[in-house]
Amino acid sequence: MTDGRVPRLHPKVRLQRDEVRGRDVLLYPEGLVVLNPTGAEVLRLCDGRRSVAEVAAALAARYGGADVGRDVAAFLDGLAAKGLVLYDS
Amino acid sequence: MIPKPLWLLAELTYRCPLQCPYCSNPVDFAGPRFRHELTTEEWCRVFREARALGVLQLGLSGGEPTLRPDLEELVRAAHGLGLYTSLITSAYRLAEERLAALKAAGLDHVQISIQAADAALSDEIAGTAAYADKLAAYRAVKALGFPLTVNVVLHRRNLHQVEALIRLAESLGAERIELANTQFYGWALHNRAALMPTKAQLDAAWEVVQRERARLGTKLEIVWVLPDYYERYPKPCMGGWARAYLTVTPAGEVWPCHAAGRITTLRFENVRARSLEWIWYESDAFTRFRGEDWMPEPCRSCPRRAEDFGGCRCQAFLIAGDAAATDPVCALSPHRPLVDAAIAEAEGHPDAWTYRAAPASRALAGAG
Repeated sequence: MTDGRVPRLHPKVRLQRDEVRGRDVLLYPEGLVVLNPTGAEVLRLCDGRRSVAEVAAALAARYGGADVGRDVAAFLDGLAAKGLVLYDS
Repeated sequence: MIPKPLWLLAELTYRCPLQCPYCSNPVDFAGPRFRHELTTEEWCRVFREARALGVLQLGLSGGEPTLRPDLEELVRAAHGLGLYTSLITSAYRLAEERLAALKAAGLDHVQISIQAADAALSDEIAGTAAYADKLAAYRAVKALGFPLTVNVVLHRRNLHQVEALIRLAESLGAERIELANTQFYGWALHNRAALMPTKAQLDAAWEVVQRERARLGTKLEIVWVLPDYYERYPKPCMGGWARAYLTVTPAGEVWPCHAAGRITTLRFENVRARSLEWIWYESDAFTRFRGEDWMPEPCRSCPRRAEDFGGCRCQAFLIAGDAAATDPVCALSPHRPLVDAAIAEAEGHPDAWTYRAAPASRALAGAG
């Protein structure tokens, strides 16, 4: 089944490079998440137009076609549960 | 390996038009120790050094930070460095034009306190008629597109209003409400007997919080700061001493938390004389309780020590008289009876408190 939900960062959240740690981070009111490189890549693909399935496909294309659909959805759902990612349908 | 800091609380001034009796500022805020506020240039240097150290989150607080005429300039500098900036304000006389200027300077988030859900009680607790200004500022903040946190310090006089406070935050379109049970430091410790809630009050409020969390989900984040005197184990204060957090006071002293300045057995450094980096990695105040080597029993062999870090060093100093003791809140602490006695002493205590104000500060500091 295709995951047609369109993910985007909540407007209160900023995705930013932290040169001190050499990592990407999510910054939001009274909180932050230090991302691993793949997580940051997924979020940079969330442009408010791509669906979850399209984000997963774009990521898979960069990694030799690996099936990452379930991992991408789980990662985004985790951030959505914290109120950091919103889904448009 | 010593972790890099993530958070900086910049206490820009201890001047404040509000007089809340639970204020976490030092009781002697009006004294000479805090008199010569850092300049714009000095604060900008602190922000640069903080970012280079690893800080990502900046709280602009006080006192009342909007009393600094250079606030916009400070926000612009912090934003330019990539810090996520939060303004922590009472919103007293905070006009929409000023908020718009702060937005243009790059401010990310606004946190506005409120003392109770209705004007009469809120203004009584604040000691200043500020409720109407707060409501206007909440609306302006949302109209400008900021994320908004509503902050309430809870105590005996307002715990019955938790539901009304959550409903107020919801109606304003706030992203977060912080329901912070009073932590007993600074003025709150001085006024402890008048502020201490009962167990029944806390249980009723906690029930409301759970119900409202289930109803609101991620629409409104409800933060509940535990009333630690009523807990069995201590809070993981600051996520551990000098692990993630630093506070710079108005005159440039650097503390591992905003209450640590009361610990007279530590030596604190000043950004006017030392770099933030040296202070974080080398200074007595930051190295003394970092890690686990300092821990006494029962912490040293406790399986919870990596979870709660032995609790709060300030509370150990203020209650047990020894900053290196186990947090007296802990059921395993030999000093726990002192906490129980404080709770018992507050029962039936009249509500009279001392408002946080400069004359009272000078009188209390003079009294030692």
